[in-house]
Amino acid sequence: MSEPVPSDPAGFDAQPPRPTWGVRTPLRKSVSTREPILVAPAPARVCIPLVQGETPAARPLVAIGQAVRCGEPVGAPAEPGLPQVHATIAGRVTAIGPALVAGAGGPVPCVHLEGTGGDERWPGYTRIAAPEQLAPAALLEGIARAGITGLGGALYPTARKLGMSAGAGVVLLNGVECEPYISCDDALLRERADRVVAGARLLVAALGARQCVIAVKNGMAEARAALYHALEAVADPRLALSVVTARYPAGGERQLIELVLGREVPAGGHPADVGVVCQNVATAAALADFFARGQPLISRIVTVTGGGVAQPRNIEARIGTPIAELIALAGGYRGEPLRLVMGGPMMGIALPDDGLPITAATNCLIAATALDLGMAPGGALEPEFPCVRCGACVEACPAGLLPQELLAVARAGDRAGLAALDLGECIECGACDYVCPSRIPLTSVFRRAKAAG
Amino acid sequence: MRFDTGPSPQWRAPGTVAAMMRTVVLALVPALLAHVWFYGAGILVNAGIALVAGLATEAACLRLTGKPVGRFLTDGSTLVTAVLYAFCLPPLCPWWVTVTGMVFAIGIVKHAYGGLGYNPFNPAMAACALVLVTFPAAMARWTAPDIGDLDYARPTVAATITYALAGSLPAGTGVDAIARPTTLALAREGLGLSRTMDEIQAGPAFGDFGGAGWEWIGNFTAIGGFALLLLGVIRWHTPAGVLGGLLTCATLAWLLDPDTHPSPGFHLFSGGAILGAFFIATDPVSSPATARGRLVYGAGIGVLTWLIRAFGSYPDGVAFAVLAMNMGVPLIERYTRPRVYGRPRA
Ligand code: SF4
Ligand code: SF4
Repeated sequence: MSEPVPSDPAGFDAQPPRPTWGVRTPLRKSVSTREPILVAPAPARVCIPLVQGETPAARPLVAIGQAVRCGEPVGAPAEPGLPQVHATIAGRVTAIGPALVAGAGGPVPCVHLEGTGGDERWPGYTRIAAPEQLAPAALLEGIARAGITGLGGALYPTARKLGMSAGAGVVLLNGVECEPYISCDDALLRERADRVVAGARLLVAALGARQCVIAVKNGMAEARAALYHALEAVADPRLALSVVTARYPAGGERQLIELVLGREVPAGGHPADVGVVCQNVATAAALADFFARGQPLISRIVTVTGGGVAQPRNIEARIGTPIAELIALAGGYRGEPLRLVMGGPMMGIALPDDGLPITAATNCLIAATALDLGMAPGGALEPEFPCVRCGACVEACPAGLLPQELLAVARAGDRAGLAALDLGECIECGACDYVCPSRIPLTSVFRRAKAAG
Repeated sequence: MRFDTGPSPQWRAPGTVAAMMRTVVLALVPALLAHVWFYGAGILVNAGIALVAGLATEAACLRLTGKPVGRFLTDGSTLVTAVLYAFCLPPLCPWWVTVTGMVFAIGIVKHAYGGLGYNPFNPAMAACALVLVTFPAAMARWTAPDIGDLDYARPTVAATITYALAGSLPAGTGVDAIARPTTLALAREGLGLSRTMDEIQAGPAFGDFGGAGWEWIGNFTAIGGFALLLLGVIRWHTPAGVLGGLLTCATLAWLLDPDTHPSPGFHLFSGGAILGAFFIATDPVSSPATARGRLVYGAGIGVLTWLIRAFGSYPDGVAFAVLAMNMGVPLIERYTRPRVYGRPRA
């Protein structure tokens, strides 16, 4: 790709450091980007979670039996700054109560809707002519009203994150998608770069920031070109494009700040401490969808892929759609997938059942065969060996930790030792696990040790 | 449809400890072939004896400690130890010498400390050091390499095996008839007699840099070493440290007085320098796990090897240098920790 990037504004012309950490993995993304994004028809029924991430649940605004239109508010935020919840199809409320959704540890409060067939829109939201001119407070209020949460997978309420980052000069838009298999952000950038750029400008306005850098990964040639043209079209000197290494986990929030801006978030701190707020490109596009088109967050792009589906592709699906319907839209299962992974193979969650509804965090669904997972046919796990101190995990760790020492200390139950080795800085990226030739479940050990400490 | 679950990461890179060990042994094949070319089948006989002794000891220890015998017997680590150890032995070597070292390596150095992954010392080098001090005569009795001198008769495979089993050659031939000191021993002895390196290296046992024949084994060892580097089984830090340390010392001494100090080339192509740099010092278990630590550790081995060669009472110092640096690993690791993301530079 020989497209020139818009000249880096002052402060970003320095080459980001080449990382000494990280792993090169097979990417396996191109299988799902051959076809354009498929906009899924409204499903017959949805189950919409009233909770996003760690925040308190929204209060249901509807009663059983009530008819709602698509985009109509069904959940009022428990606290100001939290996202409102919307009906993602037009239909009737059939139940309100706890249910299992993809990725949640246990049942969460949900609103169940059964479609009426039509897809009538709720007329309550209208497009705004020049949303960038709105005051930051009005923008933040709008973002919460639109129900926007971080679509990168963490589900952090966007308005709250922006509100807490007041004064940060730089918005870092993450389009790196460093996890293998996932291509939803790549597809979004290829086809809807203009919305991402419009959203970037709204984020800058909402924060009163100076700059916005949109980061993509080396190798995302089409996305990069599309983004370049979209940036050229708006000719906003505050926006810039940055290309980072394809090593995993270059798209980790802290790692990206290091790679793009050469800054490090202090241990135990937040990106705002170094004047940065990170958002996912899909979140930016959701902002544009709301302010410029009057559409709240009712859908997201999901990569449906893996050796276990017939036609891997990206699908724009309503939140709350059962996974099985997305698999059917991707041609159905092929062969005998062993695992159904939500997210990427490094940090993703293995789901027990394809009847679960997707949430705003469902960026990718992998119907993974033994081949995908690098397992022996049948999925037998290789037995764990003692640590041979090969140092592969040390080389891989993006946080500069010593996983092999952390392991010994964690298994000995030595809390003070774990703190001395900075376990708290582990981002649970799984890179150490991935490379370990002794097949030690390092990340699980660290996760447990963190939860216990 | 229901699915299996499990914690992330959901997949793993290919590569296991056993595969790593197998690759190391494969990378040693060029060096083994060169060894056989110049010295006959002795190294294979010795490696075979060491392997049998090693596996038997390993099985016994695994049973005693209640570990899964089958899994650990096939992990390849004993094979690597046996082959590396065989490189330290003279081609004609009585079985009890070989077995003593190997039983010590596996039974004490490896399993008394907890088995694979827990041994602070390199088992092959510990075995080598033990037999060097226990059986100095047998260990000094190297046969000459087959470099085309006419009065040389390479021991046949049968003779090699007979010697290994009985400790003497058939038909009453004394092994001393075909034994030669190694070039490192020749250099040490010659320098002791106040001869200059030039005079010493004019002897027939010497090639362009080090020992005739031995140089070629060094080249083939290096081929395997580079293969390991390219395959990512080892990293450059340790070999660079070892060779850098050794060559820096050798060059400085040689520049000061080329008559009494062998050249850097001699050091590089004699004894276990190349094997040590690529195959021995890179043993993951007994070396530091950090990149900077490995540089320091390697450099320490290089410098100590030179010191022992120059001033010690053993001709080659790789085994002792490795063992000495093994002791320093915890300390080296403590001071070469990578900086944690977000923590100030120390
Ligand atoms: S990668 Fe595994 S075997 Fe290697 S040092 Fe780390 S924990 Fe030990
Ligand atoms: S999971 Fe934690 S320890 Fe392992 S590589 Fe990632 S940050 Fe480092």
